[in-house]
Amino acid sequence: MRLKGFSVPVKRITLFSGHYGSGKTNIAVNYALKIKENGANCRIVDLDIVNPYFRTKDSAKRLADAGVETVFPAYANSNVDLPALPKEIYGAVADRNTFAVLDIGGDDRGALALGRYAPDILAENDYEMVFVANFYRPLTRNAKDALSVMREIEAAGGIPFTAIVNNSNVGEETAAEDLTATFKIAEELSRLSGLPVVAVTAEEKVAQKTNGAFPLVLERKNFDI
Amino acid sequence: MTDKVLMKGNEAIAEAAIAAGCRHYFGYPITPQTEVAAYMSKRMPKIGGTFLQAESEISAINMVYGVAGAGFRVMTSSSSPGISLKQEGISYIAGADLPALIVNVQRGGPGLGGIQPSQSDYFQATKGGGHGDYHLLVLAPASVQEMADLTVKAFDLADKYRMPVMLLADGTMGQMMEPVSLPEPSEVKTEKPWAVTGTKGVRKHNIINSLYLNPEQLEKTNVERFEKYKLIEETETAYEEFMTDDAEVVVVAFGIAARVSKNAVRAAREKGIKAGLIRPITLWPFPKKPLLKAAEKAKAFISVELSMGQMIEDVELAIKCSRPVYLCNRSGGMIPTPEQVLSAIEKAKGEN
Repeated sequence: MRLKGFSVPVKRITLFSGHYGSGKTNIAVNYALKIKENGANCRIVDLDIVNPYFRTKDSAKRLADAGVETVFPAYANSNVDLPALPKEIYGAVADRNTFAVLDIGGDDRGALALGRYAPDILAENDYEMVFVANFYRPLTRNAKDALSVMREIEAAGGIPFTAIVNNSNVGEETAAEDLTATFKIAEELSRLSGLPVVAVTAEEKVAQKTNGAFPLVLERKNFDI
Repeated sequence: MTDKVLMKGNEAIAEAAIAAGCRHYFGYPITPQTEVAAYMSKRMPKIGGTFLQAESEISAINMVYGVAGAGFRVMTSSSSPGISLKQEGISYIAGADLPALIVNVQRGGPGLGGIQPSQSDYFQATKGGGHGDYHLLVLAPASVQEMADLTVKAFDLADKYRMPVMLLADGTMGQMMEPVSLPEPSEVKTEKPWAVTGTKGVRKHNIINSLYLNPEQLEKTNVERFEKYKLIEETETAYEEFMTDDAEVVVVAFGIAARVSKNAVRAAREKGIKAGLIRPITLWPFPKKPLLKAAEKAKAFISVELSMGQMIEDVELAIKCSRPVYLCNRSGGMIPTPEQVLSAIEKAKGEN
C-alpha cells in the first residue's frame, strides 16, 4: 500500500529480525511510529521471547502516546522471565485492515516463535521480512557470517527474508564514516542472498551526517552511566 | 573503519576467554549470564574447542575441576543461584590448587530473587563462599572493555598462582553493549608440571586431590597457601582512583555502582564539594592501602553498593574505623541514581 512519507509501498506486515543486538527493536519501534505518523493505523508486536531485556516494551509510552497499538508478552520487563505469547498476536496477523510491525527474536532460537504465525503471513502474501545487519557485531563481521545467521533464522521462523537493512554501529562511538565503511559488506550480503539493501539506518545524530540514512530515535534509560 | 566491535559484556567475556587460549567451557544457562554460554556454543565448535551444557551447575564445576587438573585453561559462568550451587566444587578446586575462571554475573537475591542486576554476592565471592580456609582472586569489571581485559588477566593470574579466579560482574555489565577492542589471541604459557597428563612411564604420578588423611599435612598446606595469598595481597591489588588527592568525601564503589558514582563525584565537584572515588578492581585482595591513605585527608567515606551493605565492612576495616562510613545502596535488582549518590555525598559533607 502507498503511504505518504514512504518512497516505496509499505507492506501490510513488516517483520524485523537479525542477530541479537543488531538494533531490530529500535528500528521496529521507529518504523511503526513512522507508519502511524503518516496516517495509517499500526500495531507493533514483540515476538522476541528469548531476550528478557531491551524489549519493545521499553518504548511503551512513546508508542502509546503516538497511538500505535502494542502487543507485548504479559510479563515483559518484569522479574518473571516467562516466554509466553499473548493471543492478541493472532489479531495483529489476521486483521488485514491494520498495519503490523513484528519484532522477531535475535537468532534461530528466538525466531522459533514466528513459525506459529508463518503460514498465515505467507498465505496473505503482503509482507516484508527484513534482515537487520550490524557488521560491527562480533558474529556478523562479514557477509558470509551474516548470511549464515540469516539462513538459521529463516529455517527456524519459516519465512524467507525479502530485504536487508544496514544498521551498522558501535553504539555511542559511532561515526558516519563507520557506517559508510560497511556499505561494501552490505552489498556483498546483497549479492550472496539476492536481496536488496532497502535502507541504511542510524541514530538520529549520526544519520544527519549521512546522505539519507533513516534516523532512529533511541530509547534512553533514566541516566547515563 | 573502527577496529572495535559492539558487544554485550557477556559476549566480551566469552570472546576474550577464547583469545586467552581457553578451549573448554562448561556451564548451564541462567539469566542474566546466558549469552556467555550461547556465544561459546556458537564459537567453540568452530575452533576445535569444547562447549558442554552440563546437566547442572554442580556437574559443570566438577568438569572444570577435571579439565583444570589436566592443565588446560578452563572456565564456567553462571549467575547468583547457579554460583551458590557451584560452591562445593570451587572449594575443591581451591583445595587442589588448580587454576580456573569462574564468572558470576550477579542478579538480585536471596533465593531465586530476580533477573535484574545486583552486587549482593560480594560476601560469597570475597569471604570464601564454599567451605574451608581459602580465597578466590576476585576481579570486578566496570565496562564491557574491562569484561574482556579482566577475563584475559584472570586466566593469567589463575595460572600464575595456581588458584581459581572469579570475575564478579552484574546483570548490567553482562547485558549492556559497548564498543570493545578485542584482545589479541595470546596465552602466557605457564609450565604446569603438576598437571595429570600421563606419566608416559617416565615420571612419578601427579595427583590432583584435596583430601589429606594427615591433619599435620593439611595444616602445613593451608599455611603455605596463605603465604601465597599474602604475596598476592602485596603484588596484585588493583584499583582506580578518581579525584581523591584532596577529597574530603571518598566514595568507594565497584562495577556498575562505580560508574554511577563517578557521575555523582563530578556533580559534587561542580557544586564545590571535594569528592573523590576509589574503585576496587580486585575485590580480593581489597585495596586497603589507598583507602587508609585517603583517610588521612578524608572526613567521611561512602560505600555505594547494589546490596544491603556488604563491601562497607571491608571499607571500615581498611580505614580501621578512623572515619565514619555511610552506606548508599539499592537492593533486589535496583540501581542507585547519580542523584542518590550525590545527596549522600552532600549529607556526608554536611555532617563532617
